Amino acid sequence: MHSNGFFLKDVAGFLGGYYSAIAIMNGIAALILWRKKGQVGWALVWTAVAVVMMVLASLALSGSSSMVPALPASVRGLVNNLSGPVLYTLGTVALLTVLFVFRKFFVRPMVAWAILNAMLVLMGLSMADENFASIVMKPDNVPIVGLVFLLAFFTWLATKQAVVNDERIAQGLPTVEKENDEKVLVWPDLVYTELICMVAVSAFLLVWAIFLQAPLEEPASSVKTPNPSKAPWYFLGLQEMLVYFDPWYAGVVLPSLVIFGLMAMPYLDFNKKGNGYYSIEERKFAYLTYQFGFFVLWITLIILGTFLRGPNWNFFGPFEYWTPYKVEVLNNVDLPQMFWVNLLDRPLPKASPGASGLVQAGTILLREAPGLLLMGAYLLLLPPLLAVTVFRGYFAKMGLVRYMIMANMMLLMLTLPIKMILRWSFNLKYIISMPEISLNF
Amino acid sequence: MAIGETIRNSQIWKSIFRHPMPLDRRNRIVVMLTNFFLHLHPVSIKKQGIALSFTWCMGGVTFFLFLVETVTGVLLMFYYRPTLEWAYNDILALRDVTSLGILRELHRWGAHAMVITTWLHMYRVFLTGSYKPPREFNWVVGVILLLLTLLLSFTGYLLPWDQLAIWAITVGSNMARATPFLGYEGPGQQLLTVGGIDMITDASDARFGLLGARFVGEETLNRFYVLHCIAIPLAVALLLAIHFWRVRKDGGISGPL
Repeated sequence: MHSNGFFLKDVAGFLGGYYSAIAIMNGIAALILWRKKGQVGWALVWTAVAVVMMVLASLALSGSSSMVPALPASVRGLVNNLSGPVLYTLGTVALLTVLFVFRKFFVRPMVAWAILNAMLVLMGLSMADENFASIVMKPDNVPIVGLVFLLAFFTWLATKQAVVNDERIAQGLPTVEKENDEKVLVWPDLVYTELICMVAVSAFLLVWAIFLQAPLEEPASSVKTPNPSKAPWYFLGLQEMLVYFDPWYAGVVLPSLVIFGLMAMPYLDFNKKGNGYYSIEERKFAYLTYQFGFFVLWITLIILGTFLRGPNWNFFGPFEYWTPYKVEVLNNVDLPQMFWVNLLDRPLPKASPGASGLVQAGTILLREAPGLLLMGAYLLLLPPLLAVTVFRGYFAKMGLVRYMIMANMMLLMLTLPIKMILRWSFNLKYIISMPEISLNF
Repeated sequence: MAIGETIRNSQIWKSIFRHPMPLDRRNRIVVMLTNFFLHLHPVSIKKQGIALSFTWCMGGVTFFLFLVETVTGVLLMFYYRPTLEWAYNDILALRDVTSLGILRELHRWGAHAMVITTWLHMYRVFLTGSYKPPREFNWVVGVILLLLTLLLSFTGYLLPWDQLAIWAITVGSNMARATPFLGYEGPGQQLLTVGGIDMITDASDARFGLLGARFVGEETLNRFYVLHCIAIPLAVALLLAIHFWRVRKDGGISGPL
């Protein structure tokens, strides 16, 4: 594809510093484990890792294509060939599920530290790929890399405390938070923490501003459309939804529902437990719903939309060159077409050109009857059905109005994954397709 | 020592600070009650409520970043002119020739960081169940602040007036023309006709309202500039005041009352 001789020379300095930083990080960890915790065995392990990182750093600094640590081309090719929206999304869900189910194992500090090292090394190895680096190092994409690591860290921190609390609750002990409820004076305990935070954030921001220049492309031109044209990164999850829905739903209705749903949340969650301390067991339903919405439907879609969607919004593997000439065969079919033509072997219902408005409207409704009935059943029949089965306890506690809002918000949220799965498995384009009033769903 | 003593006993010092140095327990309490900047805090607080592993300090960092954005933003306003003639050139000059052009980097990276810290703050509030009674309404205020943070970042994205800016805003604002009933490509807009005349056209729909024009142009630049520098920050400032006040009135950052 591209000769990367010059590229490797450019990136060598960065990678050398990067691996050195990981080495220092592991060295400090080893020192703390040895001096403060007395865990000599682990201290030796991380010292060994630090030495390996120093070797990687010196190899990287060479800047020669035979020495800079990188994933083998065959592995990169395999990753590119295997990856696609389906595997990416399902893989992320599977990974998050494993992390959740075995959380007691993954929150152990040494396990988490090993995972952090693995993530950082994988990142470093990938950065030696020109295509990967050119996307990840775009100035406006750097914050998303930061976001991924920050989310991993804080999720670990929270889950660790939740696991401890859940074990204590199971044993009938008070939570860690309740044990620490004696009062301290705000001066000096809080104001000094705030001061240190402010200094740290200022320093961090200054370093970031010095080393990374804010992007400035060519002057604006309303006739030169870039390919791909992307919204700011925090809206790329919404832009990714455009693959599955029309703009009126993906760009207007769904975001409004997200805002409404978030606002409604405290009024729908009737569970009095888990107020003021980390816990998963005491509020599993709320926890899983939020995590599904936040991680699967928001963060992973942003990462997909930013790093893996190239020209023409085609999917590109992480090490693939973003060529605008990639062709993807799209042969998506609407539900009326599937029902009337493919299943019943009849033409689509169509009113004669001179028919009255009423007849025309009736014909459209007939044509769209399969989709309308499906959506009607989904939004109108499913909530009462769930109320007497799965959600019986919730319905009794919440009352009609709150229950109906909760059930409908859940169902509307699930329209996205359902539509994704229908698209992947049946090439379904629209469930309802009424171009007459621009209503496609 | 003696100089410090003299200064602290002077009339000027005493007129500014309404309390002695917070060196003993009594004065550490008094300082919280008599200092404008500190009176946002309570005098004493649960040890848990200030543990970094519990709070992550993300709300505080978000507020601090808002202040950073305000200060750097005001300074940038002295330099930047929001017109088609000057917008791009002013940013270019900030990058290449202007002293303290780094203010733009601070402003842009601070903005990205603020979006991220807002999400993390919200994540922490959810995970500790801190939206539960009596804090339901403060959560709602927080959601509005989240929305305004995104809008602040979105409106600011246009101002450099480069390819990145106008096309990101074009892609983002194209959604508005699909608004049900109110966008000229939205579902149901065909139904809003009076005597056969369309009420919703590309010059009267939601997108036009957002951009001030049929496409991202000079009117949009002006509109977004005013929203970015005046309208949204004022709304954020008001809601922040309510947000913080409610934290105090609702009994601290988390836990039942």
